[in-house]
Amino acid sequence: MAEFAVEMQDVLKQFITPEGGILSAVNHVTMQIKDGEFFSLLGPSGCGKTTSLRMIAGFELPTDGKIFIHGKEMSQVPAFQRPVNTVFQQYALFPHMTVEQNIGFGLEMKGVSRSERSKRVSEALEMVRLPGMEMRRPKQLSGGQQQRIALARALINKPEVLLLDEPLGALDLKLRKEMQLELKTLQREVGITFIYVTHDQEEALTMSDRIAVMSKGVVLQIGKPEEIYERPASKYVADFIGETNFIDGVVKGQNGSTVEVELNDTGIICVESSRTFTNDQQVSVAVRPEKLRLNSEIKDGNNLKGRVEDVIYIGTDTHYGVRFAGGQKVRIREQNIMQGHHEIVQIGDDVLVSFTYVSPRILTE
Amino acid sequence: MLKFFRRNKGLQLFSLISPGALWILLFFNLPLLIVLFISFVERGRAGSIKIPPVYTIENYRQLFNACASQFAGPECDPFLYIGIFGHSMRIALVVTFWCIILGYPLAYFISKQRPIWRDALMILVIIPFWTNFLVRTYALKQVLATEGLLNSFLMGLHLINQPLDLLFNEFAVNVGLIYGYLPFAVLPMYASIEKFDHSLMEAAADLGASPRRAFLRVMLPMTLPGVIAALVLVFVPVVGAFITPDIMGGGKIEMIGTLINRQFGVSRNWPFGSSMSLVLMLMVLIGVVAYFRSSSEETRRAM
Repeated sequence: MAEFAVEMQDVLKQFITPEGGILSAVNHVTMQIKDGEFFSLLGPSGCGKTTSLRMIAGFELPTDGKIFIHGKEMSQVPAFQRPVNTVFQQYALFPHMTVEQNIGFGLEMKGVSRSERSKRVSEALEMVRLPGMEMRRPKQLSGGQQQRIALARALINKPEVLLLDEPLGALDLKLRKEMQLELKTLQREVGITFIYVTHDQEEALTMSDRIAVMSKGVVLQIGKPEEIYERPASKYVADFIGETNFIDGVVKGQNGSTVEVELNDTGIICVESSRTFTNDQQVSVAVRPEKLRLNSEIKDGNNLKGRVEDVIYIGTDTHYGVRFAGGQKVRIREQNIMQGHHEIVQIGDDVLVSFTYVSPRILTE
Repeated sequence: MLKFFRRNKGLQLFSLISPGALWILLFFNLPLLIVLFISFVERGRAGSIKIPPVYTIENYRQLFNACASQFAGPECDPFLYIGIFGHSMRIALVVTFWCIILGYPLAYFISKQRPIWRDALMILVIIPFWTNFLVRTYALKQVLATEGLLNSFLMGLHLINQPLDLLFNEFAVNVGLIYGYLPFAVLPMYASIEKFDHSLMEAAADLGASPRRAFLRVMLPMTLPGVIAALVLVFVPVVGAFITPDIMGGGKIEMIGTLINRQFGVSRNWPFGSSMSLVLMLMVLIGVVAYFRSSSEETRRAM
């Protein structure tokens, strides 16, 4: 067995737009998805994530480049001959068939006998926790139930790779959270490679072993959730995943891994970075709101003076908006560990915003 | 008075329904009763019926045994009319079959176009309805004639040496009827196919179904209501057609429609024509009822 479940090599997919132009929905994408991995394609709509998935499924053929599934070239193989199955966004259950016929469809196509089929269908229904639903029609089921049936219909075929196209998009928030955990557990149990398309960064962070962040047909960064979140490679990724404060600055010096960055009139900060910068280079310092602290006295690390402009209490956290002397505004998130905590700081207070040398990230693109 | 009318829902409903209901009652149900009456009386000398009426079931007997007629010669074929009924059925089945076979891919093709093209193509399908049916049939006759467009074209290309016999036979009648009724097949099938969610075909392919099997297991069953509607819409009028077989068959192809037409025309045998009309109606009725009995609730609603 090849090392990778799916490999995309320099894959290009172009469409002719209604106006006669050429649109590169997927623009020379290369990625390797490991066997048994929960891999997410994350990005806003139109970023090429669904087109990539559809090319792996075989619904679209690449304009150029190669796609391998477990080492076998699949670029030109029609969908019905590929060892993958898909869970569709709108489920795409066959409305004229019962749940049993729907789930058994893949086995029927493989020529599995009726008795064997019905046995495996009831097992699959057990797996998605909907036993005894065989004779229902898709229409008689709720959205969440249809979702599970679609999952069972795909998994019963024991595909080499399961493709999921925003499968939770149509469910309400609470059900979504439940299904996220359930999907993750299920994936660990069956050990099948999952490729999961989503535009919801929280969903991707929750479930994935690795994430590929896409934008405008290009992969911007591939990495584990914590890599993507803690060490975004670009401003776009930092902005797309979670909330980030960007402060523009100029490099004033570098001593080993410590970089000095001047933030206009706000002051000079020190940031740990493995990269090398030149003096007077324009950079952007990205720092997450939860990594900033409000203080009244100077602490270790960076300390910047500012004035509180707003205080928003949202239950678990309190969000503060602080404006620095140089005019930049940052958001700060503090957990409400003690009751009444948010009442200590008031709008208009002068405060110190402190953070460690390692929490910010210097980004140039 | 007006106030009373406004408050009385039943009266409002009655006044809305009654014009249409009255129309059907006067010009459809009542004449049908008259036809039923005529079918059970003896014909008059100069056509119409004997006055006062003489009741008889001879008109029905004659239908099932042609030799029962007072005009029958010694070598008469007792199954003459039954044969014509059977023949009409066969033509109607062939025409319906081809209308569906030709119409389904066409409806599918149109449904796959971009909306603006879809509308344009559907108008092209409907346009023939705006042209007089007789004119169209005569035009088709010119195309198929011995010295007609098609023969001249084929001979011009030296594909054939002498003109083909394309007119005044069953082939011509079939072509004429398929030509005339194809839009009736396309419209309901288009309505069904257009509603069909093509992502289901992807789902079927994803689960290992070849295009052929995906069509047979998913698309065809789901668009069947449109196919059944097309079947009824084509079969029912074709089995009773009389203009097309008359023109395209050149009087050589006898169908129920032409036969009935003749009873009210040259043969001046109203009672016999009436009995045939009613038997035809009964046959179609039995067919449709049998279909409704066997079809599911969903299929019925789609009609």
